[in-house]
Order: sequence, then C-alpha cells, then structure tokens
Amino acid sequence: MLNRLSTYLYLRPRLTLALLLLPPLIWFVVVYIGSLASLLLNSFFYLNSFTGQVVHKFTLGTYAELLEPANLSIFWRTTIMAALVTFADAIIAFPLSYYIARFASKRMKTFLYLAVTLPLWSSYLIRVYSWNLILTKEGILSWFLQIIRLDGVLNWFLNLPVVGGPSLAVSATGIFIVFAYIWLPYMILPIETALERVPKSLVEASSDLGASPNQTFRNVILPLAFPGVVAGSIFTFSLTLGDFIVPTLFGNSSYFIGTAVLSYQGTSGDIPLAAAFTMGPIAIMIVYLLIARRLGAFDAL
Amino acid sequence: MLSRKKSSTPGLSGERASWFIKLGTIGALLFLYIPLALIFLYAFTTETAAYTFPPPGLTLKWFPQAITNPDMLASLQLTVEVAVLATLMAIILGTLAAAAVYRGTFFGKETISFLLLLPLALPGIVTGIALRSAIGLMHIPFSYWTIVIGHATFCVVTVYNNVLARFRRTGGSQIEASMDLGANSFQTFWHIILPNISSALLAGGILAFSLSFDEVIVTTFTAGQQKTLPIWIFSQMLKPRNRPVTNVTALLIVLITAVPILFAQRLINQSSDTGETPE
Repeated sequence: MLNRLSTYLYLRPRLTLALLLLPPLIWFVVVYIGSLASLLLNSFFYLNSFTGQVVHKFTLGTYAELLEPANLSIFWRTTIMAALVTFADAIIAFPLSYYIARFASKRMKTFLYLAVTLPLWSSYLIRVYSWNLILTKEGILSWFLQIIRLDGVLNWFLNLPVVGGPSLAVSATGIFIVFAYIWLPYMILPIETALERVPKSLVEASSDLGASPNQTFRNVILPLAFPGVVAGSIFTFSLTLGDFIVPTLFGNSSYFIGTAVLSYQGTSGDIPLAAAFTMGPIAIMIVYLLIARRLGAFDAL
Repeated sequence: MLSRKKSSTPGLSGERASWFIKLGTIGALLFLYIPLALIFLYAFTTETAAYTFPPPGLTLKWFPQAITNPDMLASLQLTVEVAVLATLMAIILGTLAAAAVYRGTFFGKETISFLLLLPLALPGIVTGIALRSAIGLMHIPFSYWTIVIGHATFCVVTVYNNVLARFRRTGGSQIEASMDLGANSFQTFWHIILPNISSALLAGGILAFSLSFDEVIVTTFTAGQQKTLPIWIFSQMLKPRNRPVTNVTALLIVLITAVPILFAQRLINQSSDTGETPE
C-alpha cells in the first residue's frame, strides 16, 4: 500500500510539490494575508460614537481623522524616535561589529557572536524590565551619578522641556535609551555580516596605493559596510514603529503609534481607527524597504 | 607599507584593533549585559517597594514564594501549552515549505521566503491588530487557539530558515541513493531525510519556542482576557503588586531561556562548520 502510494507520488513530482506547498501556503494566505485584508477592510468602516458599534459601511472618514493635528503629531513623534534609535544603534553597533569581523580570533569570534545573539533571542520583556531597575529615581544610575557628583547635571537635564520628565524612567530620553538597548543586536549582526564580506585584498590594495588607514576606512570599508547598516536599520526602525510596551512603561501621556493603536482598539473599541492608524507604519515600512533595496540592503541580510 | 607600520591604528590590515575600536567593543558589551546582571541582583534584594541601589540587604526568601505563586504558575502553564502547540505547527509548516522550496521550481518561489518572513519583519502591532480585526470581523471568540494561531504564524520562518539551510548543505545525493537502493519515499523520509534534518529541526524548534514563549505584542491582541506569562509580567510592570515575585520570575526566565538558546546556536554553528569542509 505504502509502496504503491510512494511510486504514485514519485511519478508525479508536481503533485508531490503541491502537497508539500499547500498546507503552509493555505495557512499564510488564509490566516495572514486574510487578516491583513480584514485590517484594510476595517479601516474603511467607522465607529458609531453613540452605540459604540462598528458600522460596516464604506467611508473615508476614518482616514480623514488621521490627518487631525493630534494624530499627525503621533506619527511624527514615532518616526523621529525610530530614526534617532536607528542612528544611535548604528553608532553603538559599529565598533563591536568591526571588532568581530576584523580582529577577533576564531574562538573570540564564536564567543562574541553568542554574546550578541543571546540577548536577541532571550526575553524581550525582561530586558525592558531591567531598565526599570536602572532608570528609576532610586536606581543604580542616579546612585552612580551622585558618586561622581554629576547628579546636578541629571536634574538639569530632567528639567529640559521635550527630553526631560519627573525621572529618566518617565521621559522621552528613557524611551530612547530602552529602545536603543533592546534593538541593538539586530543592528550588530547585519553590519558584522557586511564587514565580513569586505575582501582583505581590497583593503591591502588601498593601503598599497598609499591610502592612510583612515582614508581606507572612510573610502573603502565604510561604503562597503553601509548596506549592512541599512539592513540593520530595517529592524530597528520597524520594531520601534510597532512597539507599545516601551512607551507605555517609560512614557508620559503622549502617544506613540503603538500605544495609540492599542488604546483605540482596546478601551474605545474603535477598531476602524486603529486599523487606519496601522496603515501609517505599513506605508512607512514599504517606502523604507524600497529605499533599502535600492541601497543593496537585502544582500546583507 | 611604511605608513601602515608607523600608524598607531593599523587595524585595517587586520593585525590589531585601535583603542577606539576596543573601547567601543567593551562599551557595547557592557551596555548589553549590565542590565541583565541587575536582574540577577534584584532577585535577591530584601526591599519590596522600590528598586533602591545598592539593595539594603540580600535574601533567598522570595524564591519559594515566586515558584509557588498561583497567578504566575497559571500563566506559565498557559504560555508553555501555547508555545508547544505553536512550535509543533511551525515545525510542520516550516518543514513542508522548506522541502517544497528546496526541491521544486515554481512560479513565485522567491515570494515564499518573503511571505513567511513578513509577520516578523512588519511592526509587531501590524500582525497583532490584523489578527484582532479578523477575529472581530468573523466574531471568533478569544481562546487558547487564537493565541496559538498568531504565534504559529510568526514562528514558521525560524524553522523554515534552519531546515532549508540544512537541505541546501546536505544535497540530494543521499536521497537519490536511498531511492536507487529500493527504499520508498516514506522509508527514505524516515531513515535518511529525518536524521539529516533532525538537529536543524531541533534548533529551529527551540528558537520558535523561545520566540513564542516571550511574545507579548501580538499576544495582547489575540489573548482577550487570558494571561500568558509575558502578559502577566507586563501587568506587574504597569501596576507592581508583588515586586519580589516579579524580580525572581524575571531571573528564572532569563536562566531558563538562555540554556536552550545557547544550545540551539551551537547546533546551528556546528552544522555550518561540518557542512563546509567537504566542499
């Protein structure tokens, strides 16, 4: 019986292929693409503010709501935060990636690689929690700043308008630090991959032709590492756009895209507005991915 | 040549790193690991109402309290059940997709990888609110299964990537030999293919499990009133009721997830080392 079935399938490779491919394909088309389609559909519905029910009729009104100044400022705030986090991560990641790719011995390389991937896979929430311990008023950072007599600087900084707050644990700066920390491994690995691929001969040729190490770095290594930075930035940017945990825990009342979507669908049950809101990060990411592809980022993934 | 020898930053030629690179490397590593070290410390603090540093005293007494806390245990159980089911689904779907992409040539083959990656690459709230709106539109009640379906969807890609890489490394000659020697497809699968991809399945499965185990963003939208462990921890972070228990749970999660992750990474590294030698 099994033999007959086996022969039957063996003689029909297209049928075998279809049998292999169909379950995952159906799953993704129905569950995932289907959900995205229902999201799009929902964004054209609207909420009846008297009954609190979603009205299943076509309207563009929900999108018009997005253009209100309060909502536009949410988009700006989130995008600027994502850009700053991406920039900071690129700068923090570069020396470490460079060291792994160029200088580390084989054993050191394995060790550092594990040291970077472990935080990448280990609990996101616990890593966020650890910054609660650090940034809070009575925490280690204030303690340390007091010891080196810089607590005055911290107080001055917290009194600044946009970046400050009652403590670092409740401020835009806090959100920025935690985001930069959480997504850092996603930036290190692609840069490392890109640097690994810079041929040694190219570096040697550059220096043989009389370039100083700094010139070689600026004109040969940095341009070749750039696609890696762009590849890493896809993650840091996208993950920051779509997060509501960090702004909820470390922010004041000003919304980010994630917190806005969560509160619209949750407390007010306004799924259409939440859905329309989500089209923002989707549009931003599509544009971002198109630019990234032109810059050659997908080869570095 | 001369300039390279004279220079104090000869790093580019590969011999030694400049102080700037070294300092940056050490700084980044400290940045990555000091917060985790603090998780360790605070699991032992005697303080219950704040995060004072240095801790006023150290104690072991929270550990028994934490591992017997009923809320924590209930959410842990739910999380493990969900993660096991999601991982199993991811293993089945991911392996099937990898096999299809490896052996076949068909229209839209490149799109498959992209499609499978999409739930991880798009911002977390997109996947979350998309599933939420589908659930709402079709009036599906929130349950255990709504969580599992969401998790399985973004876990598939980790299994798929690992298994596909393994297929490409081992090649098809063993499978052909097995068939030539008279084994049928099922025997070949059981005796040749499965042993070959087993460690890739294990590595992909572990990573899928840990992905599901601490997912919180998508889960928030698909769980309704149910509390998985990450959602429980998140609620504790928002309104701390029992800080010592949260601290200890945080430490235990770090320890419990680190070991399988390191093991999975080892499996992946080993196979890529041995796979390169024959070529």
